[in-house]
Amino acid sequence: MTALVLLDHEGGQIRKAALSAVAAATKLGDVHVLVTGDASVAQAAASIAGVGKVLHAADARYAHDLAEPLAALVASLAGGYDHIVAAAGAFGKNVLPRAAALLDVQPIPDVISIESADTFVRPIYAGNALATVRSSDAKKLLTIRSAAFDAAAAEGGSATIETLSAVDSPEVSRFEGVQLSTSDRPELESARVVVSGGRGMQSEEKFHTLDPLADVLGAALGASRAAVDSGFVPNECQVGQTGKIVAPDLYMAFGISGAIQHLAGMKDSRVIVAVNKDPDAPIFQVADYGIVGDLFEVVPQLVDALKK
Amino acid sequence: MKILVPVKRVVDYNIKPRVKADGSGVETAGVKMSMNPFDEIAVEEAVRLREKGAASEVVVVSVGVQQAQDTLRTAMAMGADRAILVLSDESPEPLAVAKVLKKLVEKEEPSLVILGKQAIDDDMNATGQMLAGFLGWGQGTFASKVELVDGRARVSREVDGGTEEVSLALPAIITADLRLNEPRYASLPNIMKAKKKPLETVQAADLGVDMTPRLTVVSVAEPAERKAGIKLDSVAELVEKLRNEAKVI
Repeated sequence: MTALVLLDHEGGQIRKAALSAVAAATKLGDVHVLVTGDASVAQAAASIAGVGKVLHAADARYAHDLAEPLAALVASLAGGYDHIVAAAGAFGKNVLPRAAALLDVQPIPDVISIESADTFVRPIYAGNALATVRSSDAKKLLTIRSAAFDAAAAEGGSATIETLSAVDSPEVSRFEGVQLSTSDRPELESARVVVSGGRGMQSEEKFHTLDPLADVLGAALGASRAAVDSGFVPNECQVGQTGKIVAPDLYMAFGISGAIQHLAGMKDSRVIVAVNKDPDAPIFQVADYGIVGDLFEVVPQLVDALKK
Repeated sequence: MKILVPVKRVVDYNIKPRVKADGSGVETAGVKMSMNPFDEIAVEEAVRLREKGAASEVVVVSVGVQQAQDTLRTAMAMGADRAILVLSDESPEPLAVAKVLKKLVEKEEPSLVILGKQAIDDDMNATGQMLAGFLGWGQGTFASKVELVDGRARVSREVDGGTEEVSLALPAIITADLRLNEPRYASLPNIMKAKKKPLETVQAADLGVDMTPRLTVVSVAEPAERKAGIKLDSVAELVEKLRNEAKVI
């Protein structure tokens, strides 16, 4: 059996989440990957360990990963594959269900465990339940929760590259532009340590209290929905059911109460630390270590202690 | 132009779901149900477009059990003009729902369908994309801003690294993200008025759509509980634990 992985990338870099999708796909059989954009990305994809073949969609219509042409391309390739897989990020969630409709298949999103070729485990109800589902579709279209699978090695493979010609699709959408937020910090979903703030951070200015701590830990910055909605940080920092799902070694939650929607995004972290003024905050029920206190006193002390 | 807004009745987002003892699913009997929060945002956006004069009619539709009419009444109290209830089993799969919606789109001929980006019960995030695929329409998923200009929809989308803008030919599909708007509360007079608005009921079977699920639920289980943690008195203690006990720094 062979699986096709839709590989998403940004700024010429293959996303770590896509490498996790490759690793998950290797459990299903041989792995081919579909890459859009520059030839350099296809070259990089050919080096990923475990990849047998790279299909490179070089046509300009695929350059911006618009769902309409890409889903048509995926559907046209589906004949050769039993499984079609993508990371469960904005890219995979946009394209894969559309391709599933073209193939008359019910997609299986956010898979956290592959039990067999047709049976998968996925969280439902904001991670409050785990459903094991068996698909009766001839082809299985899945998105993979990257936090649940180790990434495939970016080096070591030597796949062949095949350039695809474009497939007809309705020209109903146009890419207009993208504003990416620039940050020197590690990407949230692949960071080993995440330092996160909630409503208790009080303001955009005060949110920067966390910067020195993130610096000393080499951590990514995360946030609860409350902090995003209050405008303290941009929305791509949001951790939770409707934001990013993370599972770092260490997750530190400051001024976050721990609503179920937030917990859905971080409760698989290896170690959770919570600092909150409210001793009854639900976050303490999942935290390995908690401090009841004022985060504006605790954070500077932490920075000092960690520098020692 | 007409806007169609599909809405779903789900377990209220404030309720902590309980897995049934027999592992067959999540308990929904006797549990408070509400409109899926993302669908409230979709209804709000449609109503705002009508209030701005960009749309002439907002039609809401739900696919599910009889009680979903309460959800439709809520949407009409928010400002939707009329409703269609497609009766089926509880919580059909996105594939089946998208097929039902395609039939309704062919009948109602809306210029825009606005859905929530995902339902908070099955967390699928698929129906809007699948409907767009079935119709061959453009899709603006995870929308945080929608503008109608020169016969096209310009949509800001929330993507992993920031915000992307796409322009879609109409008719088109849009799925609402949290930041698209703040949904209004229905006022009491509007709740009363909504009771008089038209609500049409059709049987899913009459639309000629095969509702058979493709996914069999083998089991539903509680996730592993985290071990109870400890509260510490000082930062020094915390750093010591992280270094020597948890070994994460």
